[in-house]
Amino acid sequence: MRGLNYTFAETADAAVTQFAEAGGSARYIAGGTNIYDLMKLGIERPAHLIDVSRIEGLDAIETDGDVLRFGGRALMADVARAPVVRDEYPVLAESLLKAASQQLRNMATVGGNLLQRTRCMYFRNGAGSSTTVGVYLCNKREPGSGCAALGGLDRTQAVLGTSEACTAVAPGDWPVALAAMDATIEVFGPEGTRNIPIADFYLLPGDTPHREFNINPGELVTAITVRKTPAGRTSTYHKIRDRESYAFALASAAVAVEMDGDAVRTARIALGGVATTPWRASAAERVVVGSSLTPELALEAGHAAFTEARPGQHNAFKVELGARVIADALIIAAQRRV
Amino acid sequence: MTDHGCNNETSSGVTRRTVLGVSAGVTAASLVPLRLDAQEQVPVPGPENGPTTHISFQVNGERVTIDVDGRASLLDLLRERLALTGTKKGCDHGQCGACTVHLDGRPVSSCLTMAAKVDGRQVTTIEGLARGDELHPMQQAFIDNDALQCGYCTPGQIMSAVACVTQGQATDPGAIREFMSGNICRCGAYVGILAAIAQAAETMEG
Ligand SMILES: Cc1cc2nc3c(=O)[nH]c(=O)nc-3n(C[C@H](O)[C@H](O)[C@H](O)COP(=O)(O)OP(=O)(O)OC[C@H]3O[C@@H](n4cnc5c(N)ncnc54)[C@H](O)[C@@H]3O)c2cc1C
Ligand code: FES
Ligand code: FES
Repeated sequence: MRGLNYTFAETADAAVTQFAEAGGSARYIAGGTNIYDLMKLGIERPAHLIDVSRIEGLDAIETDGDVLRFGGRALMADVARAPVVRDEYPVLAESLLKAASQQLRNMATVGGNLLQRTRCMYFRNGAGSSTTVGVYLCNKREPGSGCAALGGLDRTQAVLGTSEACTAVAPGDWPVALAAMDATIEVFGPEGTRNIPIADFYLLPGDTPHREFNINPGELVTAITVRKTPAGRTSTYHKIRDRESYAFALASAAVAVEMDGDAVRTARIALGGVATTPWRASAAERVVVGSSLTPELALEAGHAAFTEARPGQHNAFKVELGARVIADALIIAAQRRV
Repeated sequence: MTDHGCNNETSSGVTRRTVLGVSAGVTAASLVPLRLDAQEQVPVPGPENGPTTHISFQVNGERVTIDVDGRASLLDLLRERLALTGTKKGCDHGQCGACTVHLDGRPVSSCLTMAAKVDGRQVTTIEGLARGDELHPMQQAFIDNDALQCGYCTPGQIMSAVACVTQGQATDPGAIREFMSGNICRCGAYVGILAAIAQAAETMEG
């Protein structure tokens, strides 16, 4: 790791100004649970860190009014236990509480979570730093170098949204829940404020897998907003891992439904652990909307989400697992109707 | 959140003067709890070799003022500069929980907490739990229940376990397991750890 200047920004304006002044080698740091980890792995190499975790007001959690508004530096732990989130939006609370550990949730922010980078082991282990094993090709880390996961140990790689250049999974749980809830990301930069629908926030790898987010250098995530909906109550984040807790998803589903008796009036379904971006499963939604929800129909919806799946050598299990995760999540969510 | 019983000022035999001695880069030996008599193993801090940040914070109730390398973790600051070696380094990547300390009363992984971040804040380490010779009820419960084998994960386990009880999460075995899932034990002492937390939940007021 090379020498580093470390400064705190007291306001969003100051952060953006400091970033511009540092000229290219700066990065923001919030909790640091991802960027510091990646610095130790030799993947992120900033010369200047601008700490945004003390920016006044950027930790606000506002739940009155028509939208839920989470400040970019609000802690995962604090958002998960905000009463309205806990009681009326289980999909949001569960996506946070099933992520990482209680220690990490006390450090990590909901803004930083959106921008965390993949856990693909070839991406993480390949930089040849003193604490990692070996040197591997990775188009995300070294654009144009190749991808060691293709034909490699690909058990945890994506089956949806992949390309010839990259199969790395989008790691976050919270972004999957936000994708189901049609959240908006508010960013602030030298040009002012932009509001980006979450559906436009994540970029498919294509042949530029190093470009992951629709955000410009120096832009600060100031807030995440979710329009309030009664579907929030009838929702769940269902996550299957290699162990019961403290692991990234093998497959997960964020589901929120509105029911008329046994019939599904509206459905929002998004997938995690199986795709290169937080993955909205519209095909699955179309299967259930307007019909009464049975276990058979729920599984049919799950399978519909994977018709375009392209598994590799060791991850074909994710297709059936993912379908069943959707099916179970639909049943769990529907049972939460009051 | 209050951090009951974790912030007593007198446990480690540290005086304001010895801490200031460390900040001047003289020696770190006297920060070690005297009872452990571990001075011989204590690393003498070398000069930092990158751009530094000047920070001032409290460790176990004592003020520390020190220049830290911008790259340093809280874990390395505690262990290598302040000789508080009770906090352990397992993975250095947030994956094991051995390095758990309390920051303003909340558990965090000190390996992924940049040292510069603790300026103006309060840190409690395993050395700050006992009151003099009287162990914290959670430490006693770990002994009573054989909640360790090699002991390497234990300081981190205990720091999380204290928070598990003070945050009201020690309600049933499932809740304890979920709360404690960020602390890995290679020796598999989980049965004893669970029993210790259940016992301490009764004896700790809080
Ligand atoms: C062992 C381990 C297990 C984990 N398990 C899970 C899991 O199961 N599920 C899950 O979802 N996550 C998991 N995580 C990831 C964790 O949730 C993220 O690292 C965390 O949410 C990132 O937030 P942060 O505030 O620490 O971000 P940082 O590390 O500070 O920043 C991450 C990135 O975002 C940028 N950034 C941060 N804040 C802003 C902002 N306001 N505006 C613009 N840019 C910003 C930084 O420049 C950096 O590029 C795990 C992490 C670890 C270490
Ligand atoms: S050393 Fe910090 S979590 Fe392992
Ligand atoms: S007692 Fe050995 S790692 Fe837990």
